[in-house]
Amino acid sequence: MRRIAIAWFVLSAILTPIVVAVIAPTLPPGNASNASSGQVFDDTVLFGIVTPIAVAIAVYFFYAMFVFRRRGPEPQEGVATRDNPGVHIPWLVGTTVIVLFLATFGTAELADAGAGGGQGPDPAFKPSGKVLPVQVIAQQWEFTYRYPTYGGVETAHLELPVGQQVAFHVTSLDVIHSFWAPKLGVKADANPGVDNIAYVKPEEELSFEIHCSELCGLWHGYMFDTGQVVSPSAFGEWIHEQQRVFAPATKVLPKYATHYFPEPERRGG
Amino acid sequence: MNSDAIARPLWRRLIGFNLLGGIVLGIVGFYFGWWLGHQIKADSLDYFGDTNQNDVALMLGYLFSVIGFLVGLGFANYPLARMLGRDRSHVENEEGGVGRYFGLCTDHKVVGIQYLLGIGLFFFIGGVNAMLIRAELLRPSPQLFGAGNYLTLVGLHGTMMMGIMTSGVLGPFANYFVPLMIGARRMAFPRIEAITFWLLMAAGTILMTTIFFGGFPTGWTGYAPLNVQANYGFDSYIFFFALVGLSMMLLGLNMIVTIISMRAPGLTWSRLPIFCWGALSTSVLMVLAAPVLIAALLMVAFDRSVQTSFFLSSAGGSPYLFQNLFWFFGHPEVYVLALPGFGIILEILPVFARKPLWGYRTAVAGILGVALLSFFVWQHHLFVSGLNSSLRPFYMFSTEAISVPTGLVFLAGMATLWRAKIRYTVPMLFCLAWFFNFFIGGASGVFLSDVPSDVSTHGTFFVMAHFHYAIMGGLIFAFFAAIYYWVPKMFGVALNERLGKIHFWMMFIAFNSTFAPLFALGLMGMPRRVVTYPSHLQPLNDWVSVSAFVLGASMLVFLGNVVYSLVIVRKPAPANPWESRSLEWTTPTPVPVGNFDRPPVIDSDPYDYGVPPVALPPPPAAQAPAPG
Repeated sequence: MRRIAIAWFVLSAILTPIVVAVIAPTLPPGNASNASSGQVFDDTVLFGIVTPIAVAIAVYFFYAMFVFRRRGPEPQEGVATRDNPGVHIPWLVGTTVIVLFLATFGTAELADAGAGGGQGPDPAFKPSGKVLPVQVIAQQWEFTYRYPTYGGVETAHLELPVGQQVAFHVTSLDVIHSFWAPKLGVKADANPGVDNIAYVKPEEELSFEIHCSELCGLWHGYMFDTGQVVSPSAFGEWIHEQQRVFAPATKVLPKYATHYFPEPERRGG
Repeated sequence: MNSDAIARPLWRRLIGFNLLGGIVLGIVGFYFGWWLGHQIKADSLDYFGDTNQNDVALMLGYLFSVIGFLVGLGFANYPLARMLGRDRSHVENEEGGVGRYFGLCTDHKVVGIQYLLGIGLFFFIGGVNAMLIRAELLRPSPQLFGAGNYLTLVGLHGTMMMGIMTSGVLGPFANYFVPLMIGARRMAFPRIEAITFWLLMAAGTILMTTIFFGGFPTGWTGYAPLNVQANYGFDSYIFFFALVGLSMMLLGLNMIVTIISMRAPGLTWSRLPIFCWGALSTSVLMVLAAPVLIAALLMVAFDRSVQTSFFLSSAGGSPYLFQNLFWFFGHPEVYVLALPGFGIILEILPVFARKPLWGYRTAVAGILGVALLSFFVWQHHLFVSGLNSSLRPFYMFSTEAISVPTGLVFLAGMATLWRAKIRYTVPMLFCLAWFFNFFIGGASGVFLSDVPSDVSTHGTFFVMAHFHYAIMGGLIFAFFAAIYYWVPKMFGVALNERLGKIHFWMMFIAFNSTFAPLFALGLMGMPRRVVTYPSHLQPLNDWVSVSAFVLGASMLVFLGNVVYSLVIVRKPAPANPWESRSLEWTTPTPVPVGNFDRPPVIDSDPYDYGVPPVALPPPPAAQAPAPG
């Protein structure tokens, strides 16, 4: 038992810092927004917990599988130990403590404006400060974007100002989609008839991918797009250009609402 | 079939209540329902005029097809005879030759082998689908199937595996071995036992017919309102899962009653083999979860056929309703897949460690704890759906809490190895690999249960890798452990050890090489169920595909082993090749129809291995009731 403890201690003392300090921080989704860096931090902490546990289990198994193997062809019997409260009670307490810590930590992280996840029409975790609302309208098989504070203009392209807290209002016109911007750390399902709100604050200027991450029918695999985070002045120029170009379209669009039903469903009952 | 039946010519013997009769009446029933559906006229059904897709006709076709199939197999004979006041034995086809495997048979051992072969067939089909999916993903753009057929393949693979494999352990192994382990002569409801198998076969066949109706684009989750929009290939999904649900419910019910009421004298709860605990808790999950699925599918069927709007928000319904109902079934369902694995692993481990199962009560508490908690976690599938954001901390906690009872199962397994004398046979290798795989599955599950981390991995290949580690690495490895362990009893022939080891190592390495990179792919931004992906992900995808083909080839090694050992060599296995102390190995091979000449009397638990530790008195016989 002592040999296992020593091997565990040495290995996890070497591996855990490597995983936590070197590998985990470089993993996706990166640090392009408060949500994504929060997710990376979260993953880093989880790796910090999982690594020593994984090492402990691996060391135990390799030790037991090697030392306690049957030697020679003749039948041999092991030692008939059946239970030991000195083992299973500390084990139970240990796992419970880890679980309680994980849940508390996850909740604390989640309290940071929902960590980029879609929170529905009435978010439980809100950011402070001024928020730029952007509506994401999903339909088979593309996303369009409406900016209610800029006259409700609808664009086929997503641009966001850097450093500005954004609230995505994600909705769908037909089936369930999911708006996923991996680098921004944002994911929110687009449900028909639902205003699903996700908060994010982009923190660096970049071009990011957008995918639909909920199976939405035939061309689901092609429902991707690219968005940009730009400087506030460039965003101002861009959005005014959009308002000018799409002015005729904005006139015939339905008024901005939290959700839309494009046509009446033909239902019998 | 009795002896004068064998004297009749072959064509005459084929006519009767058997599989052939079932297929014929099933086809007749399908066309009857199809015809009937086209006769129904109603304003609300005018919709079909636009699409030329009459869901009512197809659903009635499937319905009458299933009824015809069951009647053709002879399931109506006994109730009809009793209704007409005739005396008739409820025992069917228990004596006789190969013919009893192709019809209604009430012997639990025959049903177990029927299950093994039937599930093997559908597992093979699901596996071929996986190979085709990976072949398509060799290139970033569609090359073999195109988007529609690709989605159908994905849906077929997922639905087939999740549906059929729910009974993957309980069907063959629990039906066969639970009565033997508890010293019973049969299951509590032998006819129900038989119907669960044939319902499952009908379900699998119906799912395959989706190919003739254009497939379905929804994956195995079948979310509304995509399922209402889908063309009528989706009706086969509804019938498949409803029949699987029915089969699960009946199987679970039968198993619960058998284990509670048919134990041999002296087989107290604390002497019950741990595999029976696994089967019992799985059965409870089946009985409680499957009705929810059936109800949800009934609503989908109404939405699709008679134009109700349970799930259409534009007409007053809610797509969340389907997600909630589906996952209220769906999460217990994944534990329906995992728990029998726990039971098998802990059952087999002591035999090859030559030690008693360590912490029997701890392990039972772990299994029951997982079963209980599995009903309180379903919304972790909806962390980004916009539903109940204030409840997220609760579901995060309840999901993470599952690792506590799972940890107890791990502890029991790990401590059983301490000071053991491990024999590295093929079943033992699969058991040990189970711990490796399931730990990775469980640890990645902790990441997914954590909401901030889940936001970046939800709906990606990360999730896919996670549940393949938990289900394929958990259930399928346990399934193969069970096959290698119990085939000598079931068929009286041992599987070849060397081919078994080749199979194991090939499968273990290829499995990890296939699914470990998927974690990375998911983090790098590859959503699930896409036919196209960014080209910079191609090298990793190609690696995964090639590994998956090796994984598929390892299954061929297994099939080769089966053919070689069971058909060509046929080396008879001794009645107890593993020197197990469990009750099922005390029966002669092949097991006689009534199992036991007289009811066995049990005076200890089945893990009486090993030499007593020197300093301690011998372990007391367990007397107190087990927890739960």
